[in-house]
Amino acid sequence: MNEDAIAQARAWYWQRISAMVLAVFVVIHLVVMMYAIRGGLSAAEILDRTQGSLLVGVFYGLFVLACAVHVPIGIAKILQEWGGASPRVASRLSQLFAAVIVIMGLAAVWGVSA
Amino acid sequence: MTTPAHLPTDSKTLSVRIWRGAAEGNFKTYQVPRNESQTILDIVTYVQRELDPTLSYRFACRVGMCGSCAMLVNGQARWTCRTHVSRVLDQSSTLEIAPLSNMPVIKDLATDMTVFFDKWAKAKGQFKGAKSRNDDFAQVRPDSPQRRAADAGIECIGCGICYSSCDVVAWRPDYLGPAALNRAWTLANDVRDTQQLERLKAIAGDAGCHACHSHFLCTERCPKAISPTAGIAGLKKKIGRMAVKGELE
Repeated sequence: MNEDAIAQARAWYWQRISAMVLAVFVVIHLVVMMYAIRGGLSAAEILDRTQGSLLVGVFYGLFVLACAVHVPIGIAKILQEWGGASPRVASRLSQLFAAVIVIMGLAAVWGVSA
Repeated sequence: MTTPAHLPTDSKTLSVRIWRGAAEGNFKTYQVPRNESQTILDIVTYVQRELDPTLSYRFACRVGMCGSCAMLVNGQARWTCRTHVSRVLDQSSTLEIAPLSNMPVIKDLATDMTVFFDKWAKAKGQFKGAKSRNDDFAQVRPDSPQRRAADAGIECIGCGICYSSCDVVAWRPDYLGPAALNRAWTLANDVRDTQQLERLKAIAGDAGCHACHSHFLCTERCPKAISPTAGIAGLKKKIGRMAVKGELE
């Protein structure tokens, strides 16, 4: 029981740290989007700018990882508090969700920046 | 009975809905004379003394010191002794009085607060010092950060309003709740207390402080203007850091 509690305290800590990372990343993302799209932007134009860019790859790679830490911890809580799931089921489902975020997210980052 | 001059003549009597029963039950409507400076507790007392002596409710001091008369007034937890009828009727034309939520109802307006107080004990809400009566007084500077932090939460009288108002208690019945955690926070800032690590371990995790969603309902409703949310935030941070550093093992 107490080990669970310590793990939960750690999860809270990492959710908080990942939230701080996300706060910065989301602001940068939004500002860049608004600046880049001012006059409209096609998919081809986007790829032209992002492909081969290490900066884009690293930035959105870290963005995905921060999401993969932050989101599943919240999902597990929602499943327990609103969905009536047991801590074990909530934890398994949220880990699965983390895997989906990492795989799909990094695949997308690879697709636009490689 | 005369109607005070400032009251409209059609407000001589009030129609009040009061919960009757335990977990199963229903609201019953009573007609109560409207008086000047009338409190919600006055209404409940009138119903019991004049209309239905079987009505059960709890009160003691009538002046906001004991914390025993808390009930739901139009869905919001309040001290009934310190709530004027006029204040509630400003916002609504009906009056509904129910027992505190998040606690089992014994009968009518009286709740069973056993679990609520057991959680204080579970959160290690007891003070344990190292000195005896033969030792000199501990000296704590009133302006030290820890003393100030403890001061901010120390006036709690355990009325249960925060606990009744808390969404997280409703979602997680094992969550310790704002009152017990506020107590733990004051002790975590008491430099004389000797069971700091045990306490922080006892309140770590989702049954403890880390389940709080910072909705601020406890802070909003506390009649003593305490902010349990602030104390809980302090506990979360302190315990979260210790857990990551391995200091809670």
